[in-house]
Amino acid sequence: MSDLVTSLLAGSRRALARMLTQVENATPEAQQALEKLFPHTGNAWIIGVTGAPGTGKSSLVNALAKAYRAQGKTVGIVAVDPTSPFSGGAILGDRIRMVELSGDAGVFIRSMATRGSLGGVARATRDVVRVMDAAGFDIILVETVGAGQSEVDIVRTAHTTVVVEAPGLGDDVQAIKAGILEIADVLVVNKADRPGANQTVRALRAMLELGHPAAREQFARHHGRLIEIEVQNNHQDESLWIPPVLQTTATNNTGISELVLAIESHRQFVIESGTITALQKQYLELELYERLQQALMQRFLQTMPKTALADMINHIEARQLDPQRAVNQLLATLDQPSLNIQANES
Amino acid sequence: MTVRTARVLIAKPGLDGHDRGAKVIARALRDAGMEVIYTGLRQTPEMIAEAALQEDVDVVGLSILSGAHMTLVPRVREAMNKVELNDVPILVGGIIPDEDRDTLLTLGVVGVFGPGTTTDEIRDFIHTLVVKKDTNE
Ligand SMILES: Nc1nc2c(ncn2[C@@H]2O[C@H](COP(=O)(O)OP(=O)(O)OP(=O)(O)O)[C@@H](O)[C@H]2O)c(=O)[nH]1
Ligand SMILES: [Mg+2]
Repeated sequence: MSDLVTSLLAGSRRALARMLTQVENATPEAQQALEKLFPHTGNAWIIGVTGAPGTGKSSLVNALAKAYRAQGKTVGIVAVDPTSPFSGGAILGDRIRMVELSGDAGVFIRSMATRGSLGGVARATRDVVRVMDAAGFDIILVETVGAGQSEVDIVRTAHTTVVVEAPGLGDDVQAIKAGILEIADVLVVNKADRPGANQTVRALRAMLELGHPAAREQFARHHGRLIEIEVQNNHQDESLWIPPVLQTTATNNTGISELVLAIESHRQFVIESGTITALQKQYLELELYERLQQALMQRFLQTMPKTALADMINHIEARQLDPQRAVNQLLATLDQPSLNIQANES
Repeated sequence: MTVRTARVLIAKPGLDGHDRGAKVIARALRDAGMEVIYTGLRQTPEMIAEAALQEDVDVVGLSILSGAHMTLVPRVREAMNKVELNDVPILVGGIIPDEDRDTLLTLGVVGVFGPGTTTDEIRDFIHTLVVKKDTNE
C-alpha cells in the first residue's frame, strides 16, 4: 500500500485508480494511505455539479473540463450515480457524455455509486476527492444527482457548488423542496436551446430575490449550513454572494466560458472575503465530529452484546422504554460494566 | 465469498450502432449487485483501455455485433496490455461463430458468450472471476 502511495504521488494513473478502489471499499490499508496522502491535499479547487436527473450535468462537466484543459489546468472528475436499493448494484453511465475527454492525460474520470449506507456516500466521496487532490489535479469536478440529503452532504466537499436546472423541469416549487437552491453558489439553466429557458431563469431569479437578504447572506457565508462562521470582512455588502443565474447549452459549448467566469468570481469572492478559511475549517470540524461519532459508536457497539441490544429494542417497541431513556441506560454502562435495562411493566 | 462490489466495464468497440444487448447485460449485472460502467457506442480500443484503467474494473465485457470481433478484440487486448492491464480479463459477447470462439480464447479472452447465453451464465462467470482474483491477492 505504501508503494501505491509513492506511485500515486509520482503520477501513476494505475496507482490512483487502485487507491480509489481501496478508499471506496474503506479497507484498513486505505486508512493508512489516506493518512499519508493528507498532507498533500488542499490544493485543488473542488466544484460540485448537482441537479435533477437528465438536466445535463455530465455534459456540463465535460464542457467545463474541456474549458479548464484549454487553460492548461488538470482536471479530476468524480461522477456519482445512485446504487439500486434492490440489488446493491448500479449502472454508471456518466462517461458516455465525456467521450471527448478520452486520450487526455490531464484528465482522470472516476465513476462511483452511492452504495447506500447512511452517511457513507459523503464519506466515500470526500475520501475519493481527497485522493484526487493528493494526486495533484488543479480542478476536481464532482457530479451528483440532486435527489435529497446525500448531495447536500456531498456539497460539503465542494468549494463552489453549481446547481443545474433545465427548462420545464425546474419548476420553482420543486427546487425549493429539494432545498437545492440553498446550496447553490452558481445556478445554471442548461438546455437553453430548448423553449422555456428564459422563463426558468426568471423563476430562479425571483426565488433568489424572495429570500430575505440576511438569509441569503447566511446561505452565502455558510454554504447552506447554519453553523456560525466568523467572516473576517466586516463590510456587509462585500460579504454577500448572490448566486448568478446563467444559461448554457452544454452540448454545443454555449455559455460555458461565462460559467467558468462565474465559478472563478465565486472562487475569488470566497478567497478575498476570507470565507474559504472559515469554510474549510468548518468542513474539517464537521468531519472530525462525524468520524468521532462513527468511531465511538462502533467501539461502543463492540462492547455491547447483540442480544442485550435486541432486548432493549423489544422493550422500546413495546413502548415500555422510551428511546432516550434507553440511550441513558446504555451510556451508564460506560461507568458500570453491565447493562441494566429498566423498562416499565406493560 | 466476496463481499466487495464487483466493478465491470461494458464497452462497445467498433462501428455498429446497436447497444440493446449491451444494455440488457448491464442491467442484469446491476441486478446481480455489480457496478457496471457503461461507456456508450463506438469506443476505440484506447478509450476502452483508458476507461478500464481509470475505473479499476475487475472485468471488461465487450459487446460486438458487427462481425469484426477478430480484429477488434486483439486490439482491445493490446491496448489494455499497453497500459499494464494484462491481468484484467476480457469477456466477449455477440454473434461469434464457434471457430472464432476458440481462436479468441487464445488471444487473451477468458470467456465468449454467444446469442444463446443467459445473463445468469454471464453473471456467474464474472462472479467466479472476481472470487478467483480476490483469493489470489
Ligand atoms: N438540447 C440539449 N440537450 C442536452 C444539453 N445538455 C445535455 N443534453 C442532453 O440531455 C441528455 C442528458 O444529459 P446528461 O449530461 O447525461 O445529463 P445528466 O444530468 O448527467 O444525467 P444523469 O447523470 O442521468 O442524471 C443527453 O441526451 C444530452 O445529450 C443541452 O444543453 N441541450
Ligand atoms: Mg450524468
